[in-house]
Formats: sequence, structure tokens, C-alpha cells
Amino acid sequence: MANPDHLKYTKEHEWVSVEGDVATIGITKYAADALGEIVYVDLPKLGSTTTHMKICGEIESTKSVGEIYAPMDGEVVEVNSALESSPDTINQDPFGEGWLVKIRYTELPDLLSSSEYDAFVGE
Amino acid sequence: MLRTPLYEEHQKLGASFTDFGGWEMPVRYGSDLDEHHAVRNSAGLFDISHMAEFAVSGDAASFLDYALVSKISELAEGRAKYSLICAQDGGAIDDLIVYRRSSDFLIISNAANRAAVGAALASYSSNFDVVINDCSAELSLIAIQGPNATAILQSQASIDLAPLRYYSIAEGELADIPVSFCRTGYTGEDGFELLVDNRSAAELWAKLLEFGGDALNPCGLASRDTLRLEAGMPLYDHELNSTLTPMNAGLGKVVRFDKESFVGKDALARRQDEPPQLHGLIGEGRRAARADYEIFEPGGQNPIGKVTSGVLSPTLGYPIAMALLAGSYAEGTELEADVRGQRVGYKVTRLPFYKRGK
Repeated sequence: MANPDHLKYTKEHEWVSVEGDVATIGITKYAADALGEIVYVDLPKLGSTTTHMKICGEIESTKSVGEIYAPMDGEVVEVNSALESSPDTINQDPFGEGWLVKIRYTELPDLLSSSEYDAFVGE
Repeated sequence: MLRTPLYEEHQKLGASFTDFGGWEMPVRYGSDLDEHHAVRNSAGLFDISHMAEFAVSGDAASFLDYALVSKISELAEGRAKYSLICAQDGGAIDDLIVYRRSSDFLIISNAANRAAVGAALASYSSNFDVVINDCSAELSLIAIQGPNATAILQSQASIDLAPLRYYSIAEGELADIPVSFCRTGYTGEDGFELLVDNRSAAELWAKLLEFGGDALNPCGLASRDTLRLEAGMPLYDHELNSTLTPMNAGLGKVVRFDKESFVGKDALARRQDEPPQLHGLIGEGRRAARADYEIFEPGGQNPIGKVTSGVLSPTLGYPIAMALLAGSYAEGTELEADVRGQRVGYKVTRLPFYKRGK
């Protein structure tokens, strides 16, 4: 699957979709594939503050643990609670139903375009 | 990295690969959880051609009684035994399976320990009239495991597989390809490991997938690891290593002290009750303690041991772990694991975690 053009990306393999002052965050298919089947997701709490590049959660597969880095400063305004019971949604639809959190951001950092991210992961 | 004769088959199936003991092996084809459940519920097919094989002929029974910790001379023709090869200090060089064939013995050991096992066998054999042939480079090994494995094989097998008991070996053909049918495995399910000449391995693999149809899934090493962990089976470099004795790893019953002499006997007799001891642990919640995470008594500040393997059990739905602890802890004892800075409750349990129904 290609990395969708309408999204922005981080070097921590997260995607960011900005609408107004809220950004939806997920992990890329590349990251989901590298982790393998995801069995547990620990997301930040609703209303918690996030700090750019600080760890705000964990994603576990049978074989490994991945950390979620907050891509920006802000406040968590929505979490994808459906992932609690079906974390493998991240594997099946990483750019859609497998989104992680929505953050009301104070400032957006520099993010990668899809072609820059493609180049970063060597696709 | 080394590749097995089935590498191209794995590529065709879209496998992801990993480095395992210097071998580029399939870690999964699709979802490792689906592959795990396929083995528990139907059947899975594994390429384990990286494993090492040694054929031992001549005065082999007496030699293997000396070289390994078990009494191999008791093994009847066509039967197999799980055993270990130790150093003089009692440390495990490897765990392995010995099969008694009509005219020789076959040893299957871990890929990463091929050189160490070969060297140990050679050095232990100086006073025995034996020929040891490392045939790892000529042989492939394909495991078919799960409740439907026997039925899938039987339709194409030249011999009746029903009388072949667990831990047995028989020669025959599968779809006209000569194979050794070894009724052994590393998943906790019934099934076979098929020894086949490298030149026929890809054909056998493809035919098995064809006969198996929807009932047979190709499975990678990720599911092999979660399956063996549920079945409480040790993995070398996790539950076993050169500093640990078989007793440390809970394998004391494999050691036959009634043999007159064998490599490591004196050291093993001396080290019988020494810590650490391998324990099975089950955890609360869904966050699994993984290899090297520390174990504590509740509220304790000093670790009492470390996890050797741990995962959220796909079959059972809760975290399971094997851990080496400095002492012997009774079943039901409550302990804690440090899971990335947070204490998670774990309880000592009997191994294995999973046992198949009869």
C-alpha cells in the first residue's frame, strides 16, 4: 500500500492528518507491518497534554513493543477506544479505522510529505 | 545470511524474513496470530531446514550414552528421545532430539549450535569407534503441525501413519518423494517433521500446501515461538545456555545419573539443586513481560530473577512467561514483573501453559 498523499508523516513512522486545529494521528503501514500483529495498545488519556517527541503510548505485537511519540504539543481530545478490544485494526487499516488519537495542537512541527516519507523508508 | 532451499517458496508466498541464528528465515507470511491459531485448530507448515542434522554410526549407542545426558542405548529402533549435550562443567551445549534408525542414529540440533554440537561430538568420540557425519547441508526439514496434520499427510503417504507413536521415526514416501516421517514437533500439537533431501524440498513444500488446501497454513518463526512457549518448551539462548544445567531449566528428568559415566556427570551431580530454577508465570492484564524483564517479590526492590521468554498468549488470552528465579517458588506464589517501569502482577504456575486435548 502506498503512503497516502493527503497525509503528513514523521520519522517515527506516524501519520498526521490536520483539520483546523485538530490533528488525527496514526502509525504508518510500514510501522504496522514491521511490528507484526498488534495485540495491545496503550493510548494517552483523554484530556492529557502531549509534548513533541515525548512518548505518549505503546503498541505491542506478539514479537515486539513500539513506542508512540507525540508528533506535536497539544491536548488529547479523542482516543480510538475501539482499539482496546480490536488492536489488530491497526494492521488491517492503519491509515483509516486504525487511527490512534486526535490532538488539539498548539503548534505544528515540520512534517514529511508522502514522497519524503517514501524516500525515508526506502520505498 | 544463509538461506534454505525453500527461500524462493517463501518469497512467492509474500513472507517477511528475519535473521535467526545466521539464517534468513520467514518470520510470518500474513498475520502471526492467524498462523498460531491455524496450528492449534487445523494445521501449519513450517520450514525448519536451518536445523542441524548429524548421523552417527558404528558403536553409536555406547558413544551417545557417553556424549549425551540420556540413556540412548535404551532407545528402540524407530523411536526418538529428547536430550541434551553438556560440557564437562555441566553447562548445556544444546538440546536436541535423537532418532534411532535401522542402521544409525540421527541427531537434530539447533541451527545456531551446529558448530558447537559438531565440535563436542567430535571431541567426545575419541575413544569410540564411530563415524559422525554432519549432513545439515544436504537435508531439509519441514514441520507439519496441528490436529489435521496427520490426515493431510496420510492421503499422500506410502505408509500407514496411525501406528507411528509420538517420538517415532519411519521411512516412506510422500507423493512419491522419499521422506523420513518424524512424529515430533515444537508446537505442543500432534504432527510430523519431515526430513527430505534438499533437491526435493521445494517440490515437497508445494505439494503439501496443495494437499492441505485451506486446512494448512504456511507459518513463520513468530508463531513457532509463541506456540512453543505456550507448550512450555525451552528455546536455546533463552531457557538454556552454556552456563545453565539441564536441572536449572527444569529438565532434570532427562539426565540419567544411573549411567556409569557421561560427559558432565560429576559437575551435574554437584550442581543438582543450585539456582536458578526455571518457572512458569502467568500475568494480569494484557501487557506481557518479555525476555530480560526483571521479576520481584511483591513490593520487593531486589530482583529475584529474569524472564527468559514472555508473550501475551494467543491461545489463552493472558500474558505467560518463563523465568529463571534464584530459588524454588511454589505454584500460586504471587510475584511482580517490571514491565517497562510498571509493576505487573504475575503468579507461579505449572508448565506447560497449554496442553492439547486428547
